[in-house]
Amino acid sequence: MSKQKSQSPRTAAPGGGGSLWDVVVVGGGNAALCAAITAAEAGAKVIILEGAPKFYRGGNSRHTRNFRCMHQGPVSVLTGVYEEEEYYNDLLLVTKGRTDEHLARLAIRTSEECLPWMEAHGVRFQPSLSGTLSLSRTNAFFLGGGKSLVNAYYNCCEDLGVTVVYEAQVQHVTLEGGRFSDVEVSIRGGATEKIRGKSVVLASGGFQSDTDWLTRAWGPAAANFLIRGTPYNRGVVLKNMIDQGCESVGDPTQCHCVAIDGRAPKFDGGIVTRLDCVPFSVVVNKDGDRFYDEGEDTWPKRYAIWGRLVAAQPDQVGFSVIDAKSKNLFMPSVFPATEANTIEELGEKLGINGARLAATVSAFNAACRPGTFHPTERDGMATEGLTPPKTNWARPIDQPPFYGYSLRPGVTFTYLGLKVSDKARVQHASGPLENVWSAGEMIAGSILGEGYLAGFGMTIGTVFGRLAGQEAAHHVL
Amino acid sequence: MSFETPGLINEARRQIEICNACRYCEGFCAVFPAMTRNTDFAAGDLSHLANLCHNCRGCSYSCQYTEPHEFALNVPAILAEVRQDSWERHIRPAALARAFHSRGVAIMGLMVLVIAVFFYAARSGGEGSFYAVFSHNTLVALFLPAFVLPLLSVALGLRSYWRETGGRRITPGDLKGAFASVAVMKNLAGGHGEGCNFEKENRYSQRRRFSHQAIMYGFLLCFAATGIATLMHYLLDMPAPYGLLSPPKLLGIPGGILMVLGGVDMILSKLKADPTLGAQRVWGGEMAFVALLVAVAASGLALYAATGSTLMPGLLALHLGTVLTLFLLLPFSKMVHGFFRLAALIVEQQKKRG
Repeated sequence: MSKQKSQSPRTAAPGGGGSLWDVVVVGGGNAALCAAITAAEAGAKVIILEGAPKFYRGGNSRHTRNFRCMHQGPVSVLTGVYEEEEYYNDLLLVTKGRTDEHLARLAIRTSEECLPWMEAHGVRFQPSLSGTLSLSRTNAFFLGGGKSLVNAYYNCCEDLGVTVVYEAQVQHVTLEGGRFSDVEVSIRGGATEKIRGKSVVLASGGFQSDTDWLTRAWGPAAANFLIRGTPYNRGVVLKNMIDQGCESVGDPTQCHCVAIDGRAPKFDGGIVTRLDCVPFSVVVNKDGDRFYDEGEDTWPKRYAIWGRLVAAQPDQVGFSVIDAKSKNLFMPSVFPATEANTIEELGEKLGINGARLAATVSAFNAACRPGTFHPTERDGMATEGLTPPKTNWARPIDQPPFYGYSLRPGVTFTYLGLKVSDKARVQHASGPLENVWSAGEMIAGSILGEGYLAGFGMTIGTVFGRLAGQEAAHHVL
Repeated sequence: MSFETPGLINEARRQIEICNACRYCEGFCAVFPAMTRNTDFAAGDLSHLANLCHNCRGCSYSCQYTEPHEFALNVPAILAEVRQDSWERHIRPAALARAFHSRGVAIMGLMVLVIAVFFYAARSGGEGSFYAVFSHNTLVALFLPAFVLPLLSVALGLRSYWRETGGRRITPGDLKGAFASVAVMKNLAGGHGEGCNFEKENRYSQRRRFSHQAIMYGFLLCFAATGIATLMHYLLDMPAPYGLLSPPKLLGIPGGILMVLGGVDMILSKLKADPTLGAQRVWGGEMAFVALLVAVAASGLALYAATGSTLMPGLLALHLGTVLTLFLLLPFSKMVHGFFRLAALIVEQQKKRG
């Protein structure tokens, strides 16, 4: 296999005019890279078509930090034991049963062999980050985060002679009689050209960055959503496949959506925009009213429901209010808190009715009961006679200075995706496609019907990416 | 740009607060775990983090937030700027520090000047042994103050730095931890032991770590050789030159070779590395400093090789000129990084203890 430069400047079709690739990989994140590496190692001639420019390569994977991994005993940086049943039950809890058990168990079971595979392909792990000790048993953290993982995989691709084309926007996947023949792609904004292949792996993510599509699903509220990751996942390929009669799974309103700092950028704010103060706070909407139990469970178990909760409030905004006691109980925020010496003043500074906020906080304070406060586990310090209640960490908010943060829904990825078999093969209304596989966020909706389990996106991407690459290579070789 | 100007400190704080909300880089080096102790960063905290940073660049190549991202992080560069500024603020006279750190030409100019003076003096000297060219007492009279005064300047600077970063009374445990880190250059090992991202972008490499250790251990061997020779001269009445199997030569020759090889490799890797991930204004000064180290070691080796030949007086003048330049520039060149880095590692041991 000849080694090809990943950045060779050219305008003709990659690898020369009419070249026929063994495996065309659409997308450039974790799942795509796992597929490309697996296929190239099997001996296939592989091309990666990444929609983003080189700096932003890797889709949402560049913002990730860990993957959830089954294991029978301490391995690498993971402590203890995390077995299939516990893992599956954790998934059932967050999805409320909306999952495909067969595919979910396949992802869970295969996650175990992924960790050594990732290490062998340059990914380095580190112990659970400070402030995330609760994940040290279940989630293996990437040293340097997801961008480091993405870099390692691109280096691997380069060493294997995989051709990588950046700013390659795939617009159409040509299907004829249940077979893929080529993709139509515009490279660096140029004219559409065809890239032919014997097989294709589609791993180009969800549609969350297409605000129009999000608005069709959610209504006008979608305009107020922030997108935590890449602006390049606009669902062009996903839509193209569904339009051509491929089967989809999932509900277009379902997504991995958390409440993030309302001041975060519209796209690509990533991890630093998260706010971990909710359990220690009172959260109100723009009318100054509480709307949900802030202390229902520890934050890692609840952060993923707050995006939808805030999305359901007027103007899709919330405000989390704490006092001086709680300021250092959670990881620092990237933007400084709004600070004031009285609740009224804080309300006005946050742009809500100060008197109304003060009334809500007084009612809350009056409903607090004595108890032993414990920030890292459910401490049973609950309100009495308050609706909605706060069932843990309910301490009066009475020590100035008071701090406030605005909250907005932050979408990580949408769950509407392609239906795949347990070999990652894409399903068409008329039956399985012969040479088309898909992986990553593009198919995660099969397993994640709703809710989110930290680190599971990367597990699905790695498991199905490798599977897709292996099957595609097997098909052509 | 100075630390007292709000620009540098505010920019450093802005970047570090973003890092502290992310923490993905915790495993690379000592800087990121140290950061998690704070939620607010005073000037002394930033100085401490800056001097802990070894410019391995792992964080930068792993960062989601470098330009063109709107957060525009460049942590290795801003910490290099703060670090550089801390040396220039604490070392007196500060004007000399500012003059030399950023100017390779000034360093080289001083070196040429000092060498020329030695050459001029050497013209009147005799042939044969070193001390026939320059009498021993002349050399001591020249070199002792040239060594002691710069060291005094460094000591005063360190005391001021120590106060700024909250250093306390040093325990044996602090020293053990700090020296263990220096001995293997742990902070250039990337956390996984495979090296850093200095010159091969996002691939790991041991090159900088190894070349740094070659220079450092080479320098220490040469320093030991000089120390032993001094003792032999005064206590045992055994003046130079010394034979191949004498302690000064057994230490000095391998030391000189390590310094030359390490220094040349350091220069080559620095030419390959991205200058925008360091303190760009001192790039030239850093290069000239490494070149000076190479010149010290290479001229010393050449001098030994030329013992007894007619080249000796000239090479002696060259060697003494480079050594004196190195001494004089001790507080005002990259050489100070060793003192401040060690201080930071000791303070870090103390802070970790709580």
